[in-house]
Amino acid sequence: MTQLDEGSGPAEVGVAGYNFAYLDEQTKRMIRRTILKAVAIPGYQVAFGSREMPLAYGWGTGGMQITAAIVGADDTLKVIDQGADDTTNAVSIRRFFNRTAGVAMTERTVDASVIQTRHRIPETPLRDDQILVYQVPMPEPLRYLEPRETETQKMHALSEYGVMHVKLYEDIARHGRITTSYDYPVLVNGRYVMAPSPIPKFDNPKMDRMPALQLFGAGREKRIYAVPPYTPVKSLDFEDHPFSIDRQPHSCGLCGSNESFLDEIVTDDAGGRLYVCSDTDYCRERREAGDVMNRSAAE
Amino acid sequence: MYVAVKGGEQAIDASLEQLARERRGDASVPELSVAQIKQQMRLAVDRVMCEGSLYDPDLAALAIKQARGDLFEAVFLLRAYRTTLPRFGVTLPLDTAAMTTRRRISATYKDIPGGQILGPSFDYSHRLLDFALMDEGAPGLAPERADETRGESAPLPRVTDILGQEGLIEGDGDLDGQAPGDLTREPLRFPASRDLRLQNLARGDEGFLLAMAYSTQRGYGRNHPFAGEIRMGDIAIVIEPEELGFAVEIGDVTVTECQMITQFKGSADKPPQFTRGYGLTFGYCERKAMAMALCDRALRAKELGEDITAPAQDEEFVLAHSDSVEASGFVQHLKLPHYIDFQSELLSVRDMRAKAMARANAKEAADDAA
Amino acid sequence: MSQIALKAGFDDSVHDSQRVFRALLDAMSRPGRIVTPSPPPELPAALHPATAAVCLALLDFETPLWLAGPDIAETRAWLAFHAGCPFVATPEQAAFALVTDVAALPALGDFALGSDEMPERSTTLLLQVGRLVAGQGQRLSGPGIDGTAWLDVDGVTASFWTERAAACALFPRGLDVIFTAGPALAALPRTTQVED
Repeated sequence: MTQLDEGSGPAEVGVAGYNFAYLDEQTKRMIRRTILKAVAIPGYQVAFGSREMPLAYGWGTGGMQITAAIVGADDTLKVIDQGADDTTNAVSIRRFFNRTAGVAMTERTVDASVIQTRHRIPETPLRDDQILVYQVPMPEPLRYLEPRETETQKMHALSEYGVMHVKLYEDIARHGRITTSYDYPVLVNGRYVMAPSPIPKFDNPKMDRMPALQLFGAGREKRIYAVPPYTPVKSLDFEDHPFSIDRQPHSCGLCGSNESFLDEIVTDDAGGRLYVCSDTDYCRERREAGDVMNRSAAE
Repeated sequence: MYVAVKGGEQAIDASLEQLARERRGDASVPELSVAQIKQQMRLAVDRVMCEGSLYDPDLAALAIKQARGDLFEAVFLLRAYRTTLPRFGVTLPLDTAAMTTRRRISATYKDIPGGQILGPSFDYSHRLLDFALMDEGAPGLAPERADETRGESAPLPRVTDILGQEGLIEGDGDLDGQAPGDLTREPLRFPASRDLRLQNLARGDEGFLLAMAYSTQRGYGRNHPFAGEIRMGDIAIVIEPEELGFAVEIGDVTVTECQMITQFKGSADKPPQFTRGYGLTFGYCERKAMAMALCDRALRAKELGEDITAPAQDEEFVLAHSDSVEASGFVQHLKLPHYIDFQSELLSVRDMRAKAMARANAKEAADDAA
Repeated sequence: MSQIALKAGFDDSVHDSQRVFRALLDAMSRPGRIVTPSPPPELPAALHPATAAVCLALLDFETPLWLAGPDIAETRAWLAFHAGCPFVATPEQAAFALVTDVAALPALGDFALGSDEMPERSTTLLLQVGRLVAGQGQRLSGPGIDGTAWLDVDGVTASFWTERAAACALFPRGLDVIFTAGPALAALPRTTQVED
């Protein structure tokens, strides 16, 4: 007989018949132990007994399992997808935690203690007391070069990352630049090549020595990995072709920022374009601050 | 001025409401009951229980109703429910020889001890639409005869055991004293042991396994299979709680078992003998059990020293792609917004085009100058 | 077997475990930082409050535990009841090792250090020490640390540090250590460089 799971009982808040934050306590402990190992071995993908979640695989189940395992009654949660709080999947995940855990929610980056994200890192620099949880579709940065798990596992064990450099160098030879524009591979603490998840490479420099803990969850692929605070994260490059980000030759049409990553909005079928911040909170904060400035100027 | 689209919340609410309406359909048609699905859509219920890896006909029927008959979605609902259930214990291994057998056929012997039992099968039905079923008021079936039994309750020997007495077939797999793994608690690692491969296949999508099995028959990893025995029936589930110290029956499940017998020419350390491919499913899922058995045998290629040349023999390929919940989720996640990545690609392509144009222009200028 | 009056576990296992875990995560993510997880209301005599808190938050039937130290019968019974963890006979079989007294600590090389392919299959060592003071003692650097941090671990011998350095030189293999002293807890993942 295996041990009985303790009857932790349904949470006071939440969905009848389900535990606080949906997962049962045994599953949370398993995920928590995995997270601790991931933190201890930065950039290494720790396999874990990923559970089926009530949202489909590919829709953030890895990030949700991490969030469910770490979040508590004292937390304030922010959920973004493509940088925005109001995209449908972000709304859906927020609703899930609202129903099952009843934790406080915010759209303001500065007010959040845990931020779950898909495809972006917020523009506002994160602090030491925040945790950033990434949703990861394909955790293995070498997968498209080597489909076999048994092989990529060896490559990581031996730090054999030659194939990755060859791939990037072939890009340069053929196109004059590295063509990878998102999910751009990084080297963590000088040891493990890691997939940063499909964030634009624009965001890569933010990962380097970030004061916040970064946790990565891949539910379908059953992997969790981490970058501890202040850990060196270097985007792969070559001496004669250093890593660079693509600056968009525009500024935000709403807040005027020329620092942020911009969404390209097609405004008509005659080539009209508007560029706006993908980070909706950052954009709003800037506009609110701008309003204040305008008002003080008028007074 | 441009205003970003808001209102994800309302859009989701509206979508869910439409979904509920569509599920119900025309309100003038009586609502389908879970009991009706459980009784009359039993093969759908069985498939959902098998791939959902939870034996609960009522919840499986509920899932089918809620999923509007989309069996992938129903499997997903059942899995997501299953994941939250506490685990109370582990049953003793099922002894399929002791089942109450409702169907049992062997393709390898004309007659076998205990006999062939055709049972409820589509096999010899002519696939002609039965228009009588259009009419719900059609006269019912004749009542069961008093002497009609629902299955053979006496234990029936397995065909593979008969071959085993002569030493013509390899033994059943054994675990060398290890407890069987459970890939719902520990992630699958490669190379995977046979117990985990079988668990993966048992949860796998029937369509995927069918295609894989079919490919072995068409030459992609051929292994000359014979359907040694297929049986379906009801079997008691027994647990032996440590604190009790004796076994207790806690219920019955219907299972389908398939033992494929395949040729093996022998190797340096093994004489020529028949080998096995094994399939077992919850419920009456005969096609799935047969496909599973063929896939199991194909995946044993490495163990039996055969060349791995075909997709069905490649364990990473088969096991990593067999799960419908994983596959369906990841394929469909392409519906989610990807505009950040697309924007990054746009920047990259625009930059590459500009560079290519500049090179072409420079070359043209150089050619003109020459 | 003698009857041992069992002491209670967490009052609210869901939220208490979560808070303890977050304190521990904070400590593991920021080596040298001392945290004070809330302990259960009652604990076995041999356990420090921080140790008891970590055990309840992390251990269960999936974590083979190696237990060492004086007077561990009560601890063992308490853990068997509240965590249900299996007990193993040798340190190398253990997912977690709980050493309640430094004197009972075996050579660190006896613990599982994981493999190059699966470095996570290493023992996590829970070690009770005399006292933990941040800001003095050994100099720490590595992931989780902004420049340098200092941690004074009272009670471990010089050979502990040599053996730890040897184990961690095998990175990605290595040993992650959680120190507890009374209510206080600090962690040293395998990546932390320690200098005198």
